[in-house]
Parts: sequence; structure tokens; C-alpha cells
Amino acid sequence: MYPSRFRYEAPRTLDEAITLLRDGGDYAKVLAGGQSLVPLMKLRFASPELIVDINNLPGLAYHRADPDGTLRIGALCRHVDLERSALLASTQPTMAAAAPLIADPIVRNRGTLVGSLCHADPQGDWASVVLALGGSLIAQGPGGRRTIPVADFVTGPFQNVLEPDEIAVEAVIPAAQGVRSGGYLKLERRVGDFATVGVAVAVETSAQTVTRAGIALTGVGGSTIGATAAAEALVGQPLSAQTIGQAAGLAAEVARPRTDHRGSAEYKRHMVATFVERLLSRSDGTAERAA
Amino acid sequence: MTIVYEDHGDEAATEVPVRRIRFTINGAKKIAEVEPRLLLSHLIRQGVGLTGTHMGCDTTNCGACTVLVDGLPVKSCTMLAVQADGHEITTVEGLATASELHPLQEGFKEEHGLQCGFCTPGMMMAAKALLDVNPDPSEEEVRWALSGNLCRCTGYQNIVKSVLWAADKLRSGAI
Repeated sequence: MYPSRFRYEAPRTLDEAITLLRDGGDYAKVLAGGQSLVPLMKLRFASPELIVDINNLPGLAYHRADPDGTLRIGALCRHVDLERSALLASTQPTMAAAAPLIADPIVRNRGTLVGSLCHADPQGDWASVVLALGGSLIAQGPGGRRTIPVADFVTGPFQNVLEPDEIAVEAVIPAAQGVRSGGYLKLERRVGDFATVGVAVAVETSAQTVTRAGIALTGVGGSTIGATAAAEALVGQPLSAQTIGQAAGLAAEVARPRTDHRGSAEYKRHMVATFVERLLSRSDGTAERAA
Repeated sequence: MTIVYEDHGDEAATEVPVRRIRFTINGAKKIAEVEPRLLLSHLIRQGVGLTGTHMGCDTTNCGACTVLVDGLPVKSCTMLAVQADGHEITTVEGLATASELHPLQEGFKEEHGLQCGFCTPGMMMAAKALLDVNPDPSEEEVRWALSGNLCRCTGYQNIVKSVLWAADKLRSGAI
């Protein structure tokens, strides 16, 4: 299968890339890892006239923590970098749990976290993880930079709020105020498949009391779902069988699963509650493969 | 080297965008003129004429087309040929020397790691990348490393044995 014919540019600077996008208008697409975009182009679901390949832009392949603990992930940081990251393993239990579950190991060598967020697939794992952590994206355009909370970034399936001449250059995960715990659980029919159900949980506690909580759901609706009420119910409470059970129930309520070849709606909703309960009940926050 | 493009009849031949790229494949330096929509797998098979890289699903699932780009396994059906500009490609043909099979190839022979053989080149390239960074993998580590490569014949048992056989051989050779 071939994509439709397109013009290809591989700029060497971010300014040049933005100028190309501005001139390319609505028919331009940014190519980073290409592990979603290239298949879409081959299937002719996407037929951009201009591809701006950002792989040659310097200084975007990083992930690092600021002195205050804020985590910054550049647009060319690949999934594999996060999977093997000592920084994530020691400070970001939710992200460290999700990284080895993204697609398959070969796709992880190319694909990027920022690209995955931009792609806005309702079944994208990173979107739930970053949403649960209260993260945001930094977009750069001709007028400068702006920060967009990931909660406001996606407008629907495969749609985001980026202007045609903006490039998402960095994802930002805020520093934890308390002790961070959490994880990501993904039910999949086979290794490397899209999520039947995915749940991201990110909790911060101080003196046994939850000070911040985020819960987000993958694959059980038309977009990534933030289980805000479930998370808010935990704040100010200790993690007990009662509070965990309540959060699990509230999270299952906001899921909008559909019956399909991956399972019935009822089953998926049940798995949301099970995963929330399982993640909140685990204090060590280590990665666990759900399937 | 010639690659023939589709003519849709709606544009002059000079309007078809073509870019010149330089890349290395199995140690040999090449220059190619490619249309940007040409996939890396097509450049390798039709352009360079190395047909050991197989096209399986063509949808980023099966991993049969896996090659190494700068040492990392990549599904060559999911990368544009123009993106190989300046990079080093290794295909299954790059494993053996003129006189000797690579231990992975020997392992697949010794442990009967294939039946129809279609997935084998991709399996070997993914396995090579694993052994390059982890010379002594556990069975589970082999299985996870190959989890992006599908085999519809073997049930994977002998593929895993083949990779472990190659790891043993490579380690004994290294001592």
C-alpha cells in the first residue's frame, strides 16, 4: 500500500518547520515517529499534501526533570526511551507502568509520546496517563509558545486544538507535591493490541491522606475519559477499602464502553472498576501486565 | 537502480516530487532517488533488490518487514524511504558473512525455528537487536522482545529456543 502523493520537507530548525506548516495550511501534517500517521496515510484515511518531518530538528529527543521535579518530554522522545528510563522508574510510577505496554517493542523504537497525544486516538494509552497526571502540552507557532492542559487538548476522536501552523514540542508533567503512587493497567486481547480497557491512576499522598488524585480511562468511549468525580472523591481521604470502592464505582459510571469484538459494554465497565480498585490497592505502584 | 512510479496521468513527470537520499545498507553506501511516499520496505526490496525483507501485513502488525535502522529494529513498511537519508540499514542479508551463517541463522536451523519461513527475517532482526543489548536474555525477555513479530506456524516455542541457542553460541564465542 502506498500513501497518496505528497510533498516532503525535512527542516533543520523549528522556525523553518513552522514556516512550512504556515504555508502548507490545512493540508500539512507533522511527521515524528510516524507509527500512527504512516499507517493512516497508507490506508488513505489521511492524505496530507505536505509532510513536515521533524526528525532532523535538534534538541527534541529529551526527557528530563527540572530541579523542582517537573518532568519535560520532548517531541522526539521515543516510547523506548521512556520504557528504559531510570528517571521514570524512580519518580513516575504511572508512566513507568504504561511505557512497556505501548504498542509493541518495534513500534516503541519509533513512536513518540508527544505524537501519540497529538494523534488523539481514544485508545491511546499515553493520553490517559498524562491526563491522570494533570499534564499539559507546549505548542509552538509563529506567535510563540502556549501551554495547553491535556484535559483541554483533545476535542474528539483524532482531533486536537493545535492550529495548522503549530507544533507540539513538549509534554509537561507537574511535580508531585506528596508521595506519588499509581500505575497503568491495560486489558488487551493479545500483546501489542489496542486496549480493550485501560486505566491510569496517579495519586499523591501526604501523611496517609490523598492530596491529589487523577484517574483516566482508555478505550471505553469516544475519547480518553477523565474520571474526575472518582478522583475528587479520594482527595482528603485515606486510601481505605471504602474510599477505593467508592472511586472504582464512580470511575465505572463515567465509562462509555460499547459492545464490540473486544468484549461487551458490561464487561468493560466491570473491568474499569476492577482496575481502579486494583491500582489504588497497590501501594508499590510497580508495573504489572494486565492481560 | 530504477524504481518505477505509478503514473496517474494528472501531472507532468517532472512534477512528481523526487528526492535524492544517501544511506548505507549492510555496509554498502548507496544513493537513491525516491518519491517521498515510497516506503523503506519498497526501497529495500524493489530499489536495492534485497528481497530477504518480507512484506507481511503491510499494516504495522506483523513485523515480517523488520530491519535495523542505526541498530534499532523498525517495521520498514511504516517508515518512509526518504527518512533513511543519512542512516544505516541492516537487513537479514547483512547477518551472514560470505563463508559463515550468523549464530541466529544457525540457531533457527538447529532448533527448527521456522516452518514456512515468512516471518523469519523479521524475527531474526528483532532478535539481533535484543542480543546486541542483552547477550544473556531469559526466555521471558526473548518473548517480550519478539512480541511485535507474528508467526502463524510455529507457536513460537522453537523460535524462542533458536534465539536462546544463538545467545549461547555468541557468548561462548565471545569468551
